[in-house]
Amino acid sequence: MLHSPLSMGGTTPIYLDANATEPLRPAARDALLDGLSIEGNPSSVHAAGRKARSLLEQARRSLAGAFGREADCCVFTSGGTEADTLAVHAFGKHAGRRILIGATEHDAVRRVAPHAGVIPVNEQGVIDCSALEALLVEAQKAGETALVCVMAANNETGVYAPLEDIATLCRQYEAFLHIDAVQAAGRMPMPGQSCAEWDYFSKALEGGFLKEASLAVSAHKMGGPKGSGALLLPEDKPLMPLLPGGGQERGRRGGTPALAAHMGMVAALQESQKQDWVAIATLRDQLQDVLVAAGAELVGGKVARLPNTLNVILPGVASQMQLMMLDIAGFCVSAGSACSSGKVARSHVLEAMGLGERAGQALRVSLPWNVTKESVEAFGNAYIDMVKHFSERGLVKAPQVCAQREV
Amino acid sequence: MRILVAMSGGVDSSVVAALLKRQGHEVIGATLQLYDHSGPAKPGACCAGRDIMDARAVAERIGFPHYVIDAESRFRESVIESFADSYARGETPVPCVACNQGVKFTDLLNMARDLGCEAMATGHYVRRVEGADGVEMHRPVDRDRDQTWFLFATTREQLEFLRFPLGEMPDKAHVRALAEELGLDVATKRDSQDICFVTNGSYAGLVEAMRPEIEGPGDIVDAEGRVLGRHEGIARYTVGQSRRLGDIHTGTGERQVVTKIDVPSRRIIVGPRQQLSTDENRRVVMLRDMNWLIDAPAEGVTCGVQMRAREGLRQARVRPLENGRAEVLLDEPALAAPGQACVMYEGERVLGGGFILS
Repeated sequence: MLHSPLSMGGTTPIYLDANATEPLRPAARDALLDGLSIEGNPSSVHAAGRKARSLLEQARRSLAGAFGREADCCVFTSGGTEADTLAVHAFGKHAGRRILIGATEHDAVRRVAPHAGVIPVNEQGVIDCSALEALLVEAQKAGETALVCVMAANNETGVYAPLEDIATLCRQYEAFLHIDAVQAAGRMPMPGQSCAEWDYFSKALEGGFLKEASLAVSAHKMGGPKGSGALLLPEDKPLMPLLPGGGQERGRRGGTPALAAHMGMVAALQESQKQDWVAIATLRDQLQDVLVAAGAELVGGKVARLPNTLNVILPGVASQMQLMMLDIAGFCVSAGSACSSGKVARSHVLEAMGLGERAGQALRVSLPWNVTKESVEAFGNAYIDMVKHFSERGLVKAPQVCAQREV
Repeated sequence: MRILVAMSGGVDSSVVAALLKRQGHEVIGATLQLYDHSGPAKPGACCAGRDIMDARAVAERIGFPHYVIDAESRFRESVIESFADSYARGETPVPCVACNQGVKFTDLLNMARDLGCEAMATGHYVRRVEGADGVEMHRPVDRDRDQTWFLFATTREQLEFLRFPLGEMPDKAHVRALAEELGLDVATKRDSQDICFVTNGSYAGLVEAMRPEIEGPGDIVDAEGRVLGRHEGIARYTVGQSRRLGDIHTGTGERQVVTKIDVPSRRIIVGPRQQLSTDENRRVVMLRDMNWLIDAPAEGVTCGVQMRAREGLRQARVRPLENGRAEVLLDEPALAAPGQACVMYEGERVLGGGFILS
C-alpha cells in the first residue's frame, strides 16, 4: 500500500489565505447587522431615508478620515476592482493620459488597461523607479501626461512599493498617481499609528506626499464584508462615472450604496487599526524560518513586506500540486491568483520578478487577523510532511541544482 | 483508499465519483482544462467550460475536494497539433487515443500517484479484470458503449493503477438511474460524442486552418493516374471511404473507394471496391507504436482485429516486429486507413494494438 503522507484534515480547515479574503471581524459583523436593520434608502427624502443617509455619511467621514481625506473625497464602490477600474477610466482613459502600471499589478488594474506601459520591478518585486522615470520622460516627449497605477503592497508577495519615490516622480512629471491599496489598507499603519518597521505608508498619507494620489480600498481585505470598497480621491471633484444610474455618490457612482456593507467596512478598518501587526509579523517570520529550513525558497523576503504575507517556492513542485496536497490535509493557502475556472496559472507577479518556471512553483501563505500560534505551527508541520513526500517521489529539486540552472 | 477520479463533468464520471465516495473511499475529483473556454461552450462534446462547473457541482453535492488541472499546453501539443500533423501526412488520426494515452493516463495518473492516491478511476466503459498473470482489459458488460478500442494504448502498468467501475454496468439507463438516485444534476445531461476540441462542427476546417498548406482542391484519380473528378481538400478524406466522391461511381460504372491520399500532389486515389476486396496485397497491414497487453508472442497470435471505431472484427494473425511494430496478416483483404488504430481481441479480452502505418 502506498504511503499516504497527509490524511484528510479535520472538519474545519485551517485558514491561511487572508490576502484572498480576511475572515469577517466580529465588529464588522455587528456593524453589518446594524446596517441591515435600516429601512430607508439614503437617497429618500423622508425620515427613514434621512436616517440611512446620516449613517452612510458617518461611514464616509470615518473611512475618509482614516486615510487623511475629507469626507467628500470618498466614493463608495462595490469593491477594489470597481475602485481601480473607476480610477483608470476617470484619470486615465477619459483624461487622455498615457497609462503606466506596475509589472506586478493585480488583474483589477491589468485587465482594464491591457495596453498600458509596464513599469518593471526588480528581483525582489520592487518597482524600478529609474525605469518609471524613463517612461515618464517618454510620455513627456510625446506631449502626454501620465496616469501611474501602482499597488502599495503586492497581493502575492506582500512587497511594498517605494511610494515616496514614485510620488516624487509623479509630481515632477505632473503625472496622476493612483494607488491600489487593497492589500495595504488596514495592514500598513495608518495616520496616527506608528510601527518601526513598515511605517512609510502612514507617513505617506500623513506627511502629504500621497495627498495628490487616489486610493482604492476593499472592505473584505480588512475583515469586512465582500462587496464593498471605495475610491478615495485626492480632492472633491466630479468624476466620469462607470455607472451613471441615479446620480448617487454625487454623480460619481450610480446605484443605491450598500449601506450595511460600507458600515461593515468602516468597523473592520477601525479594528484592523487596533490589530497587533507586530505579533502577526513575528508568527510569519517564525513560519518563514520553518519553511526555508524545509527547503523552500523565499520570494521578496529581502525587502519590506506586509506583516502577514509569506511567499515561498518549492523548487520542482507545481503550485497546483502543493495546493491540492495541503488542501487535502486541511489547509487553505493559495498560489497567485486563480482564474474563475479554478485553474492555477503561473504567477505573473513572480514571472515579472524574473523567476521563470519557478513562478509556477510558489505558494502564498497569508495570515488572517485571527491567526493562532497553533495553526501556524500545524501548517509548518504539514509543509514539512509535504516536502518529505514530494522528495520521496523525486519531485523536489535540490536548491543547488536550481542555482546551477540559473547560471 | 485515496482515489483520484478523472471527472469530465458528464454523467458517467460523476456517477463513478459518487459511487466510490459512497463505498467509503477518500475521493479526489480532478477535471482537466484542455483548452481555453472563453468562447461559447459546445453542448454534447466533453471538456467545455460548463463541464468544469458541472463537475464542481457534483463534488460539492457529494462532498469531496475537486480541482481543475491546467492541461492546455500539453493538450495542444500532444493532441491537437499531432491531430493536424497526422491529417497533413494524409492519415486519419484518433485524437481520443492520444488524449487518453498522454494527458489522462500519463500526466493525470502521475499526478494521482504524486498525491498519494492508490488508484485513479474514470468513467470509461471497459472492464479491468484481475487475471492469473496480472491485470487484463476486457470489453464492458454494456457492449453498446464499448470503449476498449479507444483505450488499447493503456499500458499494463497504467491498467494496474486504473479503475473503471462502469465496465460492469448493464446499460446507460442504469447509470442514469444511479445518477438520479445519487441526486446528481447531470443525470439527464446528453452524452459527449464528437471530437471535443472541434467546436464549429468541422474538423476539416480546423485542420486546414492549422495546416494551410494542405488546404484547397485537388484531383481525384484512379490507380493509373487518370483524373476522374475534383475534391475540396484532402483533410476531408479517409482511406476506405466512398462518400464525397461525387458522380465518380456512376461515371466509372462501379462503386469506388479511397485507396490512398497523396499529400504532395494533393491527389485522392480511388479504386473499385469490388476489385479491392479480392486484392491479396491488401491482406498485410503494418502497425507502429504497439501496446501489448499480453507478453508479446514471438510466433504471433491468431485473434480478431478491429481497424475502425465502429466496425466488426476481422480474423487475423498478428506478429510482433522490431521497434514496437507488428505485422497483421488478415484472413480477408481490407482497406486499412493509416493513422487509425488496429486493436486485437481474443473473446472479451483486449490483447493489444497499434496504429496503422501508411
